[in-house]
Amino acid sequence: MAINRMFRTCPSTGLQFHQPAEALIRWNAVAAVVSLLVGGILGLLVVLTRWPALHLLPADAFYQALTAHGLNMLVFWIIFFEMAVLYFAASTLLRCRLATPHMAWLGFWLMVAGALLNNYAVWRGDSSVMFTSYAPMGAHPTFYLGLILFAVGALIGCFVFLGTLAVAKAEKTYVGSVPLVTFGALTACIIAIFTIASGAIILIPTFLWSVGLVGYIDSLMYRTVWWAFGHSSQQINVSAHVAVWYAIAAIVFGARPMNEKVSRGAFLLYILFLQLASAHHLLADPGLTSNWKIFNTSYAFYLAVLASMVHGFTVPGAIELAQREKGYTKGLFEWLRKAPWGNPVFSGMFISLVGFGFLGGISGVVLGTEQLNLLMHNTFYVPGHFHATVVVGTTLAFMALTYFLIPVLFRRELAFPKLAQWQPYVFGIGMSVFSLFMMGAGTLGVPRRHWDMTMAGNLLPHEWPGTAYLMVGLMALAGILAIVGGAIYILVTVWSVFFGKRIETPDFKRVSARDGAAPAPQPVAVSLTGHGSAGHMAAPGTFVLAMVLLVSFVLYYFVNWRYLSSVWPLS
Amino acid sequence: MPTAIDPPKNRVWWKDPVDKVEITWIVLALIWCLIMFFMMPYWHVYGKQNLSNEAYRSTPELFSRKTQEMVDKYTVRTETDQKIPVVHPPAGSDVYLIARLWQWWPLVELEAGKSYRLHLMSMDWLHGFSLQPENINIQVHPGYEHVLTVTPTKEGTYSIVCNEYCGINHHTMTSKLYVVK
Ligand SMILES: [Cu+2]
Repeated sequence: MAINRMFRTCPSTGLQFHQPAEALIRWNAVAAVVSLLVGGILGLLVVLTRWPALHLLPADAFYQALTAHGLNMLVFWIIFFEMAVLYFAASTLLRCRLATPHMAWLGFWLMVAGALLNNYAVWRGDSSVMFTSYAPMGAHPTFYLGLILFAVGALIGCFVFLGTLAVAKAEKTYVGSVPLVTFGALTACIIAIFTIASGAIILIPTFLWSVGLVGYIDSLMYRTVWWAFGHSSQQINVSAHVAVWYAIAAIVFGARPMNEKVSRGAFLLYILFLQLASAHHLLADPGLTSNWKIFNTSYAFYLAVLASMVHGFTVPGAIELAQREKGYTKGLFEWLRKAPWGNPVFSGMFISLVGFGFLGGISGVVLGTEQLNLLMHNTFYVPGHFHATVVVGTTLAFMALTYFLIPVLFRRELAFPKLAQWQPYVFGIGMSVFSLFMMGAGTLGVPRRHWDMTMAGNLLPHEWPGTAYLMVGLMALAGILAIVGGAIYILVTVWSVFFGKRIETPDFKRVSARDGAAPAPQPVAVSLTGHGSAGHMAAPGTFVLAMVLLVSFVLYYFVNWRYLSSVWPLS
Repeated sequence: MPTAIDPPKNRVWWKDPVDKVEITWIVLALIWCLIMFFMMPYWHVYGKQNLSNEAYRSTPELFSRKTQEMVDKYTVRTETDQKIPVVHPPAGSDVYLIARLWQWWPLVELEAGKSYRLHLMSMDWLHGFSLQPENINIQVHPGYEHVLTVTPTKEGTYSIVCNEYCGINHHTMTSKLYVVK
């Protein structure tokens, strides 16, 4: 195994980093945080405009800021970070050299170029077409070209990840099956490849149309294919952040999966069924039959929901088991009370889990129910839902992971530890309340992507109820709180990386190319008996929490059916 | 002890027994998922609010011609400085509503308790038909004529708000729908 070279062992965690992989993880993480900063500033402008009391930006600048906010957050911040997660899950967790680092760098620079080009297009002012860029409304060609370049770069990253798995297998750097977290990352990677293919099917013709080489783009076809890309891309995030949850449970508690089969089976359900959930954006569209809608959103979608409900159980369940083994066995919840709530790696992960389950998960299913969708399609409910899933869920999980990675990857101590300790609470709670009021305003019908809810100057204006104004106002306040939380995150990470106190360890050394291979993998005992989780210990506290989720889910679901039944008959 | 960031301890991890509490949760969650699945077909049979499957490909010229015919026949008055016609078609008839930058055309007056075949289409980009405060929200496409049977239940003045972003004056794309006795 002379090809294994340039490794270093992290003295505090024992993780082994391959130098080229480490550099790629760092650079992707840095590009991610820069995108988050840009997206966050734009988010502040958006929220201050939607707040009727301030109504900051003029209409054109508002739609421009909203477009760039969506792209920088949903695409650039998250996918750059996911590339870092993929390289970490493959190279570091499998103690393996990264396959084709040059290709990985090519992918990275393509992504950077794509992100810059796309931001440039929006900044020009003629591409305020939103994240969805629905044809036949058109953007400048550089808008689509930027997205295409970014996607090609990400695709290269996915193949480098797969290549690294192959190398690890061939060079036998691990024994048995890949770790669960790597398996989760593999799920994200497979969904990403499908997603990028769908994106190519729709974005390439749209690009050609924008330069005049294709004559016509059908709006329904566009929406159908676009969502195969648009929604699935958010499911890369779900798989990635669930993998991060498992990783953090392992890192903070030494928790082991309750059952490998169950957790891996749930990831498999994501691969098989998550794609179909894309159809839930098309429930209010003409030209698609109810049978098509029901099959795509429900028959298969709910198996993906089932998968999320399983992960939502097994992650805290694994933590509970680990805590109980440490002796926190009193009552149902001592394990949770005695959890390290002052450690942002844990608190961020746990708020992410709860917020994703209660707010994002339940609202997603309601929104994805054929008939109930009629009540909230294109209202504030939609961004309310996805801020709960993508921001409280994915972004917060990634933030929590960063606090772990800064000392490990950058060898720096966390700056402003007190602020870092508060950050997940400020951001997580701010963003949860923000999502909640957004959903409330959406239930009252307030549209999304709308410059002026006062409808001032309209020929035939609509007057929203006072409650709607109250909700939007509270939403704006919570949004500002969340942005403060985001700013703290950026302050802490940037300061730590550039000015943080260096962690010097006497026995720290790099194994250079000449010195040869990484340490051989430790063989693990092969046994069929004596497995920890089954039989001896259950997770009663987690079961109670899960039942609270289920009951809330059932109640809220039927409240919405009741609301629907009071609406005008329609067929 | 191997955690989620290590390879599983048992080479044949798929034979590890599953804990009872985990099985119970999976079964409960699966039952709930099945209930949610059956709610949608159930509502198609017993519920009254289902989005229609009736849609045709059409063109802006054809759709505006049909709308114009309806306007010529059933206009009862005009409103605002722009003299937008208000149509009051008979119960059961076809009612056409054009969505375009940045207007709904014409204004419609319906009778409570009667059913109408409402035709929606966009002339240009995507728009969103959002009836307030009823809160019925439907996507309106160019080139697809969507036909819905609606039965207004209560008289009053309703608003139609565009809720699909359609350009800089998107927020001015509002209209009224009257329901009378
Ligand atoms: Cu519109």
